[in-house]
Amino acid sequence: MFLTRKAEFSASHVCANPAWSAEQNHAVYGNNSNPNGHGHNYVLEVTLAGDPDPVTGMVFDLRELKEILNREVVDPMDHRFLNKEIPPFDKVIPTTENIALEIWKRIEPVIARKGVALHNVRLYETPDLYVDYGGPQ
Amino acid sequence: MTLTSRYRFSASHRLDTPALTPEENRRLYGKCNNPHGHGHDYVLEISVDGPVDCDGQVVNREAMDTLVRQRVLARLDHKNLNADLTEFAATVATTENLATLVRRTLAEHWTLPARLARVRISETDRNSFELEVSKG
Repeated sequence: MFLTRKAEFSASHVCANPAWSAEQNHAVYGNNSNPNGHGHNYVLEVTLAGDPDPVTGMVFDLRELKEILNREVVDPMDHRFLNKEIPPFDKVIPTTENIALEIWKRIEPVIARKGVALHNVRLYETPDLYVDYGGPQ
Repeated sequence: MTLTSRYRFSASHRLDTPALTPEENRRLYGKCNNPHGHGHDYVLEISVDGPVDCDGQVVNREAMDTLVRQRVLARLDHKNLNADLTEFAATVATTENLATLVRRTLAEHWTLPARLARVRISETDRNSFELEVSKG
């Protein structure tokens, strides 16, 4: 069974490679390369896969999942400038793809320790653009 | 990693097949058989997958948007699917057939390094049609 929990955070970022010219960055990242940054209301959907526990009837304690997402993702990232405040985005360009990878890295070990598999991380940058990451192939 | 981008287009269509009698068409397609046609605000979702490259992206957004705009949206947006698209001269303009056409059109003109993985079209909020693109 799949269980999905949603969380939201709002943050600003800039997608630009410091080694490149403004033109090169615009060609690769479009408007996202504005050096002063810009923001999004990110929506995160985390999907876990597992069987309901025979005693509790739950795949995972939703309250605990909420706490994990708050601690690992929402509290550190909400209302922050990712490039300036949230490592590794001082070095790693905070594209939606890289933010999803970082979220996976932060929450996967915590969830795995509880004996449940993290199945998918979906991150919406806008309602019309999202990425799905299911872990290393 | 899979990236999905959503686009919108508005178009009219009429569901009617010459293989059936007018009465049979009316019974099968109901309101969608109205001889004057009717329209929808379609939502198109295109998914691509591939590794995250050294730029931190699965695909260049602008390249993807341009391809979808030029090859798909320009042909469909504010069009009468039956009258304006030769593909629907002899094929019923169902959203199933429209999704198949969009997948074929994109596959023919695909120039992006990421793989075209899925095409999904919502005709209304209540029904959508999804086609996977097989690997390899």
